[in-house]
Amino acid sequence: MSHATTNKTTSPESRPQPEVDRRPLARQRRNRILLQVGCVLITLFMALPIYLIALSATSSRAALQEFPLSFIPNNFSLETMETFLQSTGILGGLINSIQVGIFTLLLSLIIGVPAGYAVARFAFPGRDPYQLFLLFTRALPIVVLSVPLAQLFLQTGLYDSILAVVLLHTALALPTTILITSSVFLGVPRDVEEAARIFGCSPVQAFLKVVMPMAIPGIAAASIFTFVMSWNEVLGASILTLNQRTLPAQVLSSLAESPLAYRFAGGFLLVVPALIFIFFMRRYLTNMWGSTIR
Amino acid sequence: MADISIKGLHKTYPGSTELATNNVSLEVAEGEFMVLLGPSGCGKTTLLRMVAGLDFPDEGSISIGGRDVTYLPPQDRNLSMVFQSYAVFPHRKVRTNIGFGLVMKKVPRDELEKKVAWAADLLQLTPYLDRYPAQLSGGQRQRVAVARAIVMDADVLLMDEPLSNLDALLRLDFRAELKKIVQQLGSTTLYVTHDQVEAMSLSDRVAVMKKGQIAQLGHPITVYEEPADRFVGGFIGSPPMNFLEGRVTQQGALEVAGQSTDAPEFLARSAARSGGLPVMVGIRAENIYIEQRGAPGTLDATVDVVEPLGHATLLTVDLGGQVIKVQVASTVRVSPAEKVGLRFDQAAIRFFDTETQLGLTA
Amino acid sequence: MAAPDAPAAARPRPRPAAPRGRPPRKSSTSAAMLLIAPSIVFMTLLFGWPMVSGVLQAFGGPEGLTTANFSRMAQDPYFWSSVGNTLLLIVVMIPIQFVLALAMALLIRAKPRGSSVYFYIWAIPLAVSDLAAGLVWLTVFTDRGYLNSVLASVGMEPVSWLAYDNYASMFMAVLIAEVWRATSLVFVIVVAGLQSIPKDYEEAASVFGAGFWDRLFHVTLPLLRPSLQTALILRTILAFQTFAVALALTGQNFPLVVGETYRWYTGLQDANVASALALVVMAVSMVTAIGYLKLLRDQSEAPR
Repeated sequence: MSHATTNKTTSPESRPQPEVDRRPLARQRRNRILLQVGCVLITLFMALPIYLIALSATSSRAALQEFPLSFIPNNFSLETMETFLQSTGILGGLINSIQVGIFTLLLSLIIGVPAGYAVARFAFPGRDPYQLFLLFTRALPIVVLSVPLAQLFLQTGLYDSILAVVLLHTALALPTTILITSSVFLGVPRDVEEAARIFGCSPVQAFLKVVMPMAIPGIAAASIFTFVMSWNEVLGASILTLNQRTLPAQVLSSLAESPLAYRFAGGFLLVVPALIFIFFMRRYLTNMWGSTIR
Repeated sequence: MADISIKGLHKTYPGSTELATNNVSLEVAEGEFMVLLGPSGCGKTTLLRMVAGLDFPDEGSISIGGRDVTYLPPQDRNLSMVFQSYAVFPHRKVRTNIGFGLVMKKVPRDELEKKVAWAADLLQLTPYLDRYPAQLSGGQRQRVAVARAIVMDADVLLMDEPLSNLDALLRLDFRAELKKIVQQLGSTTLYVTHDQVEAMSLSDRVAVMKKGQIAQLGHPITVYEEPADRFVGGFIGSPPMNFLEGRVTQQGALEVAGQSTDAPEFLARSAARSGGLPVMVGIRAENIYIEQRGAPGTLDATVDVVEPLGHATLLTVDLGGQVIKVQVASTVRVSPAEKVGLRFDQAAIRFFDTETQLGLTA
Repeated sequence: MAAPDAPAAARPRPRPAAPRGRPPRKSSTSAAMLLIAPSIVFMTLLFGWPMVSGVLQAFGGPEGLTTANFSRMAQDPYFWSSVGNTLLLIVVMIPIQFVLALAMALLIRAKPRGSSVYFYIWAIPLAVSDLAAGLVWLTVFTDRGYLNSVLASVGMEPVSWLAYDNYASMFMAVLIAEVWRATSLVFVIVVAGLQSIPKDYEEAASVFGAGFWDRLFHVTLPLLRPSLQTALILRTILAFQTFAVALALTGQNFPLVVGETYRWYTGLQDANVASALALVVMAVSMVTAIGYLKLLRDQSEAPR
């Protein structure tokens, strides 16, 4: 008795195995190193300016006067940032910016989520023209809207108010919000919703209890994007306001007569949210731009 | 055309602790049609990808036609391949899809056109040469993928589950067609599938894989009739081989399901020495016959389920508490709960070690 | 703005048409109308109305319709230089951004160690405004900034990079800041596009003998075309809107068209000329977008 032999490696014309050629491996290793070098170079280009503005904004006024400047953070000081925050209009601008961002986000969700749901779920007549209309509005330069809107708001008494900026920013964010939320809802299987209906939910219940929870992460991502857009928008906010300026509008309007330290501090404060937003958004970025941008 | 020689391949994918292939060695002769067969995750696709150069082994070597290619990138191996997803380029017409490899090889234009025309003709694609893949059916796209592979005159033809995306009927037709084409070309072929019927029908030899190792290598009929271990017997064949717990007594009797028959010589001898031997008895459904209850040499059993399949009838039978499948001619009339006698074709019984699960042979 | 029917092209497996919704039912149509109505009303009020009044403003004057605003705009010494600067910036910047973004996306796709950190850092400028980008690079290019500090420490003479008489270096500074800020957008779109291309296509190409460059030009780039097309149109339209980066870096020394609109409105307090300028920006953006679409459509008779 014997165990059946496995792994029979008999072949009609077995020949000695040639020596393993390791040269391609060396080439691959070299390519991996080049890959890292490329990545590091690009990372330097992308990260160094951010480091430098952070360094400038956290250096004392005296340190900023030195020449050549030091690349190492050896005299950390909050002086520059404090002076900046105490300048006229800055703290108010910061609060305005946050308010505008939040109200824009809420308004564009209130209007945009139902529309996104409709685009995702219903094949209504005029859906394609509607989507085309959204894409068209998104391509409109902000400047085209801002100047006439300023005139209109002057007539209606909305000029120089937070609401004016909120309305403009919502108009700018809405097409994107609708397109993103529709793609988010497309990602929620119809079956799930229909199952909820069969088990006794009304359409509204099915939406609130089943669809929304599944769509929340995507919608949150869209909201963050809306906020970022609003935070960064400077031209419209500058044109629509005089005293109720948002932070970037305030920085822009006082650019010419302000010292360098003020500008560095302002630039740094504007950049900080970007670091945070992108950190939380990094997993959603490709999904959002990949599926909705077209 | 060339032979493939694989020696001691080890591969672990990054982020996994399991060996995707564990010390695999395999020789594929020139012009041979070798099928790698196994369930998903058995390492068959990994092995194919390493031959293709799409993955590299951690250890071991691969040579094609006597040339070491272990770490060579795919483009330098002179291969061709049919992908499971077809991977027919959507932005190229059928014509330029088929000719892609030849263009990369910088084949002169008139030769290229001649070859594309030949392959298109062979796969009945001539009317579609100027269409884009999106305008073709799945079956036609599959033909493009095969045409693109066979124009190459490559050393080795690799196929990764090429039929798995076709519907059942189309698969049957195309299987035969594929066999004919490959026989005509006579190319060395390495073919991966999880479908044992495909493996049986196409291969010169089949390598059944399990957990990163080759469990059995041999002619398809041999693998079917004499599975090297319980896994192979259970994987190949539909329904799979039946396994019954049994015991060979010191006196040379085979006890199965509380009943006893004669054990084969070699087992009887070994049992006599060791004072009884537990064995796993393997028998295929078609090698069991239904007779009257109590007929001499039969085992008492009760029919549980009767499934007429048209060409045969499949019975699920209770044999002393163990459930087995029996395939009988469709003319045999039995009904559920009927008490019957089962006769095993003695020549078709296989025995396996209860611990190692390996086949026991004389 | 891009072709609404483009997405199917980059989807993984060749599929028939993108699955559309089910056939319309009467009740669902009215429900849908109810759901989209607020957005239509809102957009009409905030896009339609200003657009109309913007056109009226641009052509409006004390005595009815006139083209005087446009001639005032054209006679302004800054106007033509702002047009020239804007166009030059776009023509030089877009190719650099696309090559760089493609290289970055390919690097990320090769999965180097630490790729998620790289992705994060490379995507940060996506959320940075052009004003902030200008201020960030001001630390580098200003007279007593970091670039001159480097020069000084290796014993070279500092350069006034942003001085008005040093056009080339001023242009370079704005260009670098814009490349830094806006390449991320193209990068993310291209990464998304690459992710939607099944690996099989490139693997098939390599098995059939295609090396890196062959794969890039014969397989990857053609399959990536819908994404590149989107990115190109979007990026160009956005590039026309750039202004604060130049303002932050150079003040008025490097005028851009939208910056001129800002100046006419806030500085010179002339809404009519500002509107005229805005119309020019819009017209140029639209013409560019349509031109791109036509150009890219013509080359792609391939149905997908």
